[in-house]
Amino acid sequence: MHNLLKILGNPDNFPIIILLFTVYGFFIYAMKKAKRNDERGVPYEADESDKVQVWPYLVRVEFIAAVAVMAFVLVWSIAFDAPLEEPANPTLTPNPSKAPWYFLGLQEMLVYFDPWIAGVLLPTLIIIGLMAIPYIDINPKGNGYYTFKERKWAITIFAFGFLVLWVLLIFVGTFFRGPGWNFFWPWEEWDPHKVVAITNVDLTELFGIPTHNPDGTLNPVASVLGGVFVIGYYAVLMPLGWFLLKKKLPDFAEKFGLTRYIITSYLLLTMIALPIKMILRWTLNVKYVWVTPWFNV
Amino acid sequence: MLAQIKKKIKSSEIYKSIFRHGYEDTQRNRALMVVDNVFLHLHPVRVSRHAVNYGYTWGMGGISFLLFIILTITGVILMFYYRPAAEYAYEDMKYLMNDVPFGALIRNMHRWSAHLMVITVMLHMFRVFLTGSYKPPRQFNWVIGVILLLLTFLLSFTGYLLPWDQLAIWAVTVGTNMARATPFLGHQGPFGPELGMRPDNDIRFLLLGGTQVGPPALLRFYVLHCIFLPLVTAIFLAVHFWRVRKDGGISGPVPKKI
Repeated sequence: MHNLLKILGNPDNFPIIILLFTVYGFFIYAMKKAKRNDERGVPYEADESDKVQVWPYLVRVEFIAAVAVMAFVLVWSIAFDAPLEEPANPTLTPNPSKAPWYFLGLQEMLVYFDPWIAGVLLPTLIIIGLMAIPYIDINPKGNGYYTFKERKWAITIFAFGFLVLWVLLIFVGTFFRGPGWNFFWPWEEWDPHKVVAITNVDLTELFGIPTHNPDGTLNPVASVLGGVFVIGYYAVLMPLGWFLLKKKLPDFAEKFGLTRYIITSYLLLTMIALPIKMILRWTLNVKYVWVTPWFNV
Repeated sequence: MLAQIKKKIKSSEIYKSIFRHGYEDTQRNRALMVVDNVFLHLHPVRVSRHAVNYGYTWGMGGISFLLFIILTITGVILMFYYRPAAEYAYEDMKYLMNDVPFGALIRNMHRWSAHLMVITVMLHMFRVFLTGSYKPPRQFNWVIGVILLLLTFLLSFTGYLLPWDQLAIWAVTVGTNMARATPFLGHQGPFGPELGMRPDNDIRFLLLGGTQVGPPALLRFYVLHCIFLPLVTAIFLAVHFWRVRKDGGISGPVPKKI
């Protein structure tokens, strides 16, 4: 219990509490509005499309919001001092070393992927994927009002990525990770000497093909097989999805187009790869799916 | 007596030249209030009623901008007391926290506003997604918004190093160690060594000005944090706001056809 209070009492963790309440609170609120709109058929926002003058109706709201936010920041700043620890010392590594809270989701991904994927490739794809959203979501409905019914897929995918893979992993990184980035319950004392047996195996080893030969060199068979798994994941599922789409929703597939489909399905499969790898780790202790001399996946 | 003075001031040439018109409650004057004011004329004269409903917008875009302004002002004050050199930085922080009048308050406001801004920017993006506001004609403004999200992260991250304490140096070490693993450009990344990448010439070295987070990294992060990134952010903000206006203001349902 003492440890939970320590985590909660860390003034730098207070923003995470705000984040959790606001993000999930706003999501519930937005979905309630969406449900109301969907049941009514015509969005409530449409009732309010008549014009009002900016002075005073908008300036008033802005002014009140600005005063409220400034008051909040002022009270927060009077109540809690920003942390200042011992002077920087490159020879003394704290355990755990945690990134700033908004990057803890990325740091958490390091458990499951090598740094070149978790720290470089996936963040880049997150940014590119976010930028691509307006161009791959061709559904014209739901522009300018809350709805779920008219945009089920878009909202489900985005909510999964944001609420689970981004915010929830930040939460895990803050409350459930201790020394050595080992798993601790929030109320558990952080034991820097906790021993975790490393029982991880590579996926090919589950099929009886060792990744390394007895003399330590890489086993090419395992390497090729791993490549088949990873490349096959995309090479099988992407065309499969396309043919299913063409069969079930030919009009949509026509409008969507092959280029847009390739980009969308690649981004989507890569996003899903994270929870897949997490589940593989939890259930089968899989370390790498694909081991090569240059990189591991 | 007082009323007479007030009237005299209000009818003087100086007063009229500054404020131009009073608070007369007419449609025309309300419009002039917005158009004649350099700060308010970011707004149109009239907006649809649902756009002033904070239940719709959550106010997060505006609050993010307010926090950006708070951060600029407190940041400038902090710059008076802070020297970005390894031998001074931490001492200046101590001085600021303990001896400068309101120094701790200003620093606290800067730090907590920064955290808050990361949250409000993410919430703003979430709201814009949930209301489908990135759909035509606002597609590209969403892209600019993603760039602004990235800039917010970078601003926050570069500022994290400046206190030059254990928290700062190690959080930034964890963050920048990722750059080592950049494919082709990092000395531990795929195909990095094959392309001749070493710890002292890869992309992380470029970022830090050294092989570890040291004095050159402090100076680089300081310059990025105080000059380069705020300037770039201000430019993107201007484009972002301008496009909101040009795309017809806050998104809303298409008016029903009659």
